[in-house]
Amino acid sequence: MTGKRLKTGSDFTWKDIEVGNIVKEAGNAALRRTGDWRSQRPILDKGKCNKCGLCWLHCPDAAIKPLEDGFYEIDLFYCKGCGICANVCPKDAITMIEEEEK
Amino acid sequence: MSKRVGLEASHAAAEAARMADVDVIAAYPITPQTHIPERLAEMVADGELTAAYIPVESEHSAMSACLGAVAVGARTFTATAGPGLEYMHNVLYVASAMRLPVVMTVANRALSAPLSIWGDHSDAMAVRDTGWIQVFCQNSQEAFDMTLWAFRVGEDPSVLLPVMVHFDGFHLTHVTEPVILPEQEEVDRFLPKFHYPYALDPDKPMTLGAFAPPDIYSETKIAQEVATRKSKAVAIQGFKELGDVFGRHYHAIEPYKTEGAKTLLLTMGSFGETAKTVIDTKRNKGESVGLINLRLWRPFPFEELRQAAKGARTLIVFDRCISFGGPGGPVASEVKSALYNEKERSRVVSFIGGLGGRDMSAKDFEYVIDRGRQIAETGSEELFEAVGIRGEVTGIRG
Repeated sequence: MTGKRLKTGSDFTWKDIEVGNIVKEAGNAALRRTGDWRSQRPILDKGKCNKCGLCWLHCPDAAIKPLEDGFYEIDLFYCKGCGICANVCPKDAITMIEEEEK
Repeated sequence: MSKRVGLEASHAAAEAARMADVDVIAAYPITPQTHIPERLAEMVADGELTAAYIPVESEHSAMSACLGAVAVGARTFTATAGPGLEYMHNVLYVASAMRLPVVMTVANRALSAPLSIWGDHSDAMAVRDTGWIQVFCQNSQEAFDMTLWAFRVGEDPSVLLPVMVHFDGFHLTHVTEPVILPEQEEVDRFLPKFHYPYALDPDKPMTLGAFAPPDIYSETKIAQEVATRKSKAVAIQGFKELGDVFGRHYHAIEPYKTEGAKTLLLTMGSFGETAKTVIDTKRNKGESVGLINLRLWRPFPFEELRQAAKGARTLIVFDRCISFGGPGGPVASEVKSALYNEKERSRVVSFIGGLGGRDMSAKDFEYVIDRGRQIAETGSEELFEAVGIRGEVTGIRG
């Protein structure tokens, strides 16, 4: 996910809400920070990745994006840390670490 | 030329929906509302009205279908009563929060149990916090006028809120009265074509009805509340325009012979007409009494009520609903809230009657006024008094 992010937190007042809570830009959920729900974070080791795409296919919330070179990128702005990607990876290229660990 | 015809309130409301040229009707029949969708179904079948009539399987579905219809920009109408209104309760909140201006007539009916198909205001009171504009009628003419007014106000681009038009089950729905029907040209002058600014369009995809986590839900509710409060000015403007076009003048609060009156009676709905005759009789006898008809129930006209009650020593409020274990009559409770912070305020006396279709005669209203004045003088330990109940009632206390 590049560039665009939605206004969140204290910047966003009731006056910013569209009539009827309409979201005029469809499909913009990824632009809203929901990654802060996460208690665990996926770490991808590109050296082990065979570009099979299972992580991308299984991610229940579209937080994994294919890159042009065939590898995948995890969007931590949006990823909730469920760990399914790490679980399905046949090459053990994704490890879940506690958010507290740097 | 307008024409004067005999119509029951149900058919008057159906006629108003036809003259408003509604696009979609989704309704489920329930006594005493049945004549409204029945008549509209007939009009659609006979080609008198070009509209989609959706015969749904429940009131929950009726309201849900209506939301979808407004979302594509269709002028949308439905009708229900009592338990039907309760069955669509959660969808009512969706309509107002999503700012989808459905117009719905409610033939006010008591709530079970015990099963009663007759009228009172329990259904209207149970949905007073759903964010709809709510207006009450006193006769068939008003059922016609308020239905047109509901489209005018709800669909106003600065409002976009759903509107309920209330009229009493059986006392109005099934009573034939003279109604003045206007020319189509007059209706068109009063009611512009509906243009929903957020209508769904495949070329401009949008998300309607999105999810809101705790960090934003409160803001959405405040935005809705501000919009609801603002709609009062348009509601009043709608009454004015209706008067300009049709010559019948309505107000949020309608005082009758209140000038200098020490005692005021406040009613809502069709019983106000009976109360009016009692005020006439008492005024002729030289008694200092007047009447207030509360037409606009939501948004509540606090300021207008304070003005109308000014100078009155006693304000007797008549309710057709009990708030069990609460302050008594819901209307009386609202009236007390309106006056509480005033330096000089009327003493509010709460009466409840006309439950489940029981009639209130002129004699009953005479009693309400006389007994109300007495309570105002001597005070009462009871939070409210019920009219015409067999057997002594005590223990209605906090």
